[in-house]
Amino acid sequence: MNEDSMAIEITGLNKWYGAFHALKEIDLTVRRGDRIVICGPSGSGKSTLIRCINRLEEHQQGRIVVNGIELNNDLKRIDEVRAEVGMVFQSFNLFPHLTILENCTLAPIWVRKLPKAQAHEMAMSYLARVQIADQADKFPGQLSGGQQQRVAIARALCMNPEIMLFDEPTSSLDPEMIKEVLDVMITLAGEGMTMLCVTHEMGFARTVADRVIFMDEGQIVEENAPEEFFNNPQHPRTQEFLSQILSH
Amino acid sequence: MSFVRDTYLVETPPPGMNVGVLGWLRGNLFSSASNTLLTLFGMYVLWTVVPPLIEWALLDAVWQGSGREACLVEGAGACWAFVAAKFGQFIYGTYTFEERWRVDLAFLAGALTVGLLMIERMPGRRYIAVFGLLIYPVIAYILLTGGMFGLPEVETTLWGGLLLTFVVASVGIVVSFPLGIVLALGRRSQMPVMRVLSVIYIEAWRGVPLITVLFMASVMLPLFLPAGTNFDKLLRVLIGVALFSSAYMAEVVRGGLQAIPRGQYEAASALGLGFWQANLLIIMPQALRLVIPGIVNTFIGLFKDTTLVMIVGLFDFLGSIQVNFSDANWATPQTAATGYAFAALVYWIICYSMSRYSMRLEARLNEGTRRA
Repeated sequence: MNEDSMAIEITGLNKWYGAFHALKEIDLTVRRGDRIVICGPSGSGKSTLIRCINRLEEHQQGRIVVNGIELNNDLKRIDEVRAEVGMVFQSFNLFPHLTILENCTLAPIWVRKLPKAQAHEMAMSYLARVQIADQADKFPGQLSGGQQQRVAIARALCMNPEIMLFDEPTSSLDPEMIKEVLDVMITLAGEGMTMLCVTHEMGFARTVADRVIFMDEGQIVEENAPEEFFNNPQHPRTQEFLSQILSH
Repeated sequence: MSFVRDTYLVETPPPGMNVGVLGWLRGNLFSSASNTLLTLFGMYVLWTVVPPLIEWALLDAVWQGSGREACLVEGAGACWAFVAAKFGQFIYGTYTFEERWRVDLAFLAGALTVGLLMIERMPGRRYIAVFGLLIYPVIAYILLTGGMFGLPEVETTLWGGLLLTFVVASVGIVVSFPLGIVLALGRRSQMPVMRVLSVIYIEAWRGVPLITVLFMASVMLPLFLPAGTNFDKLLRVLIGVALFSSAYMAEVVRGGLQAIPRGQYEAASALGLGFWQANLLIIMPQALRLVIPGIVNTFIGLFKDTTLVMIVGLFDFLGSIQVNFSDANWATPQTAATGYAFAALVYWIICYSMSRYSMRLEARLNEGTRRA
C-alpha cells in the first residue's frame, strides 16, 4: 500500500486511566479522504480514541502514526502532528477573550508564522464558508451555540489541516442548531477532507460516512459500510445499540 | 380543550416601581421597623462622628504658622501648619536639598507614564508600556542615585518619605508580578522538580512574617556575606519585599489558573500551540482577568506593608512623619494626631485610586466577553 495515501494508522493501541483499561487492542487504518463515524454508548472509549490521535490523551501501548509521524514522547513532532490535525470539541472551546476573527487567526499567526494580513484574509474566507463572516468582530459569548461551533470548525480549518477530528460536535446544541453544524460538516466531507467523527447523528453517518465504527467497553465491536451497518448489524451489542437509538 | 395563538404578545415595560425621593427612602431606608431602627442608629453614629471631625480637621484647624505657638491656641484643632512646614521631608526624607528636583523629575515622568497608560485609546500604548517597564526604571535609577552623567551621588541612606515608599512599593509590584506568574505556573507544572521547588518557595515565604524577612535582609544577611562586602541596605530590603510578595502573587495567579476550564488548554494544544504560547496567549489573559481583584488586593497590601521598613531604620512616608513628632519646635498636643491623619489620608487616596482603577479595568475587560 502506498505510504502517502495513509492518513492514520493505529495498531495494537491500549490505553489505561490508572487501572481502568479504556482502550483495548485498537487497530484502525484511515486513508486520505476517508470519512469515518465512530459511535457507541457513553464510556465506550470513542472520544478517548480520537483524542489519542492528536495526543490530547497519551497511550501506553501500540503504535499511532499520523501523517507519517509516529506519536511518541518527541514533543516537537507532536506539535507538528497537531498543526496538521484539526479538532472540534463538544463544548466548542473557543477562546472567550478573543474575537471570532482573532480565534481564527491566532494559530496561523503563531504556529504557521503567517503574516497577519494573510491570516486575516484566510480566516475571513473560512468564516464566510461557515456563513458567519458578519460576526467576525464579536466575542464567542455573544454567539449562539450553533454559531460558536461553526466558528470552531472555521478555526480548525484555518490551519489547513490534513485531517479533521470531531468529538461529538452537535451533542451540546439545541435541536434547531444541529442542522447548521451538520451542513458545514457535510460540505467539508464533499470536498474530500479526511474526517473522523464521534457522533450520534445517524442520519449524518448514513449520508456522509464511508465506514461506521461501533465501540463498546473500549474495543471496536463492529466496523462496516453505513448501508450494511444500519440495515444488517451483525454483533448483538450493535443490534441492541441501534435499536435503542433508532427506536425513538 | 385546544388552544392556538393567533397573534404573538408584544413586549411591555415592567410594572411601575416606587419612584422619586420618597419612594426610594421608603424602599431602602424605612422598609420595615427594624430597618427604620437601623437607619436611625446609623444617622446617630454619623451625627456623633462627622461634625466633630469636620470641626477638628477644618474649622478649628491651624493652617499657617512657623512654629508650635501657632498651634498652641486654646481650642485649636488639627495643626496643618506642621504638615506644611515639614512637607518637604515627608516627600523626600533627607534627600539632599539641592538635588530634590531629580526626585520631582522622576515622579513626574512616572506619573506621566502611568497616566498615559491609563488612557485606553492612547496610540502607541504598547511602546509606552515597554518604556514604563524597561526604560523608565533605568532613568529613575540614574536620576535618584546619581553618580553619573555629572549628577552628584545621593546615597540611599538619605532617601526617605513618600519617595522611599514609592520606590519600595513599585519595585515590589513590578518584580513580584512576573515572578508570581512563573511561580504559579511552576506550582501547576507536570514536572515534579519544578512543582516541588515552587511549592517550597511559596510556602517558605508565605510562612514568614514580613518583619522577619526585613530583619533577615538587613541584619542577618550581612553575617553570611563575606566580610567587607557592602551591599546597599535599601537594595536588600527591596529584594526581600519583592521575593516576599511574589509568593502571595503566585497564589493569587494560581487561583485564576484553576478557574480556566481544561477545554481551553486542549483547544490550544489541538491547534499546535506550545506550552508558552498557550499560556501567554490563551490561559494567562483569561486567568489574570479573573483575579484582578486579588492582584490589586495584593498590590494594596504591599503598598501599605512598605511602612514596615521603618523597623530596619529606613524612613518611608509614615516614618518621616513620625520622626518629626519629636521636633521640639513643633511639639503641640495636636502634632501627632495631625501627622497620622495626614498619613492616613495620603495612603487612603493612593490605595483607593488603585482600587477604583482596578474596577474600571475589570469592567472594560469584561465588556466584550460578557454574553450580550
